[in-house]
Order: sequence, then C-alpha cells, then structure tokens
Amino acid sequence: MAQSMVKEFTKGLWAEVPPFRLVLGLCPVLAVTKTVENGIGMGIATTFVLVCSNLLVSMLRNVIPPKVRIACYIVIIATFVTIVELVMQAFAYPLFLKLGIFIPLIVVNCIVLGRSEAFASKNPPHMAIADGLGMGIGFTLSLTVLSAVREILGTGTLLGNPVFGPNFQPFTFMVEAPGAFVCLGLLLCMMNLIGKK
Amino acid sequence: MREMISMVVVLTVLSAFSGGMLAAVRTGTKDRIENQVLKFQKAPAIKQILQEVSNDPLQDRFKLMDSDNELTFFVGKMGDKPNAVIFETFGKGYGGDIGVMTGINIESDKIIGIAVTTHSETPGLGSRAKDDPSFASQFAGLGVDENIAIKNNGGPIDIVSGATITSAGVSNAAQKAQEIYRRLKPEIEKQTSQMAN
Repeated sequence: MAQSMVKEFTKGLWAEVPPFRLVLGLCPVLAVTKTVENGIGMGIATTFVLVCSNLLVSMLRNVIPPKVRIACYIVIIATFVTIVELVMQAFAYPLFLKLGIFIPLIVVNCIVLGRSEAFASKNPPHMAIADGLGMGIGFTLSLTVLSAVREILGTGTLLGNPVFGPNFQPFTFMVEAPGAFVCLGLLLCMMNLIGKK
Repeated sequence: MREMISMVVVLTVLSAFSGGMLAAVRTGTKDRIENQVLKFQKAPAIKQILQEVSNDPLQDRFKLMDSDNELTFFVGKMGDKPNAVIFETFGKGYGGDIGVMTGINIESDKIIGIAVTTHSETPGLGSRAKDDPSFASQFAGLGVDENIAIKNNGGPIDIVSGATITSAGVSNAAQKAQEIYRRLKPEIEKQTSQMAN
C-alpha cells in the first residue's frame, strides 16, 4: 500500500507534472509567474485546494450520485477556494492584492476538477491525498521554475533581490504575456528532451 | 424517484455544510482582514494626504451612519487639535469602483487632499490617477461646497490624459465625500471634539 501511495505521489512530480506534461491549468501558469513570490504563493494555494478537495471527494465518492457529481465537486472546490481567499487576505494581504482574480479562478482550474473527476472519485482517501499532494507540489515546482526564469531575465531579480550587476538591462519581454508563452514552450521542449534519453 | 431524492438530499446537505464552514472561517478572519486592509490599503493613502500629524489616524477613528452605509472616519491632529477627518468614498471608473480617500479640514471646511486606495483601471492610463500626484493635488485647498468636477463636466479639474472616465470617477467620489461631509458635519464635530483631550 505504501508503495502505491509513493507511486501516486511521485507521478505528479515528473511523469505527469500538470502544466508541462498534461499542459493543463495554463491560465494561472502564464498569468501569475511574473515573480517567484507570486508563483510560489499561487502554487501553495492550489496545492491546498487540491489536497482538501481530493480528500473530501474521495471520502464522499460512494455518497455522491453520479448525475450531479460535477456540481458536488464544484461546491467542494469552491468552498476550499473561498477559505484560501479569506485566509490569504487575513495573513498575506500584499500577496492577495497581487494574485487578485486568480485566486477565485482556482475554482475552474482544470487540474483541480480533473483530479477530482479522474482520480479521487475512484480511489480511497489516502491515495487521493497522495495524488493531490504530488500534483500540487509538481504544479508549485513548475510555477517556481517558470517564474524564476521569467523574473531573472525579465527584471534581473530573484525573490526581489538583484542577481546581476547594475549594468544589467532587463529583458522586459519575458515578464509580458508573450514571454510567458515562449518561456513555457522552451521549458516544455527541454523536459521532453531530457525525458527522451 | 429514489435517485432524484438522493441527488437533492446530497446537494442540499453538501451546500449547507459548505455554507456553515465558510461562515465560520469568515467570522474567524473578519477582524484580521479589516486590520490588514487598514494597514496595506488605507494607511498609505492617509499618509499621502496628512503628512504632518501628531497622532496616528489609524488609531483615532470613529464610525458614523450615513443613511444605510457605515463610514469610518480617521481623525488627524495638526498642532494638537483634531482638525482633519479622512474617509473613503467610491466612484465609478472604467474597470469598476474606484476608492478615494478624502481628507477635509474641519476648521476651514477645505479639502486637504485626496488619494486613491483601490482601483481596477488600465495600467499606464487610468492607473496614473493613483500614481501621478499632480492629478490628485488639484483637489487640495478647494472648499467643500466648491465645484470639483472635471473640465469636461464644467469643473476646474484637469483630467489625466487618456483617462476621462477614471478622472470623472475620482472626481465623483470626492464630490460624494463633500456631500457626506456637509450632511454629517455636526456629528463629525461632536465626535472629534471628544478626541481633543
């Protein structure tokens, strides 16, 4: 049992890492990864929602009638997203101001709904937690890597600290929307190259 | 029929449970969120308007009812007398409501200054109403019964170029502040005189 849990956990970290392998949930991936701080914040918020909703969906999987399952999942997910929103307002207000609309939009993030539908509704709670945690951490790492590349090249800083000398000319293209697409594409390409060997 | 009943029951129970949980989280975080909003949103605006005060306006505040709305007034002491009040009003902008803090000197009935707290205007255009001090500074020194409309609407205020609607929204919010102040002046004076000691 422990082995299969580890398997469900690790698949989210590399083999099925959501934004790169499944190319899912790209809206927040592209929009909030201007700085590493935003990326990590968004990743943690999504991970929390993923784990909690996976757990609850899995616990209720025999109770929820198949015909209204999507509505039930949305209610569960929306509840946790609102909790995240309130808690973030109370404890990390500046981050909340930066992430803004993308926090409530976690409700319609297809990774969260996808894991509920494809995994949690068919597996026992402990497996669902392992899956949610793996996917969430994989998502957070992807956002961190993407935002680190964009922040370092686009503004010349990492977590707000300058990494280059004063003569560095920021490559502002990277922090704008087209830069996000290009950067995501290049990372995807690199991951495929490594995976091939 | 049985299936129908189970669908209704499950969805109802789930929604009621979510509602209860959210209400609990909301009550638990309400005070903290209010403090965070004060600290990160209102405090910078207040500081911008009242540069030389001998007290902390965030501490010296009182609430008054204006018809159905509860308004928070922040009191500033210049020269040891509580002679300035600041409060927030809202005007319709291009991308939603614009929050504007208006500071009024209660001895001379003149506007000390205004500052934008929240907005969702276009970055680089409407957002200059907040970032460019030369727009807000036009309001300083005008009386509470003077016309403070923008030039397009027959007033004296120069708009932020390219952002007519935003400028009108800020001006409307300040006009609302003038009205509220005129309406509530006796009560405001009663409250501030208690703070004189």
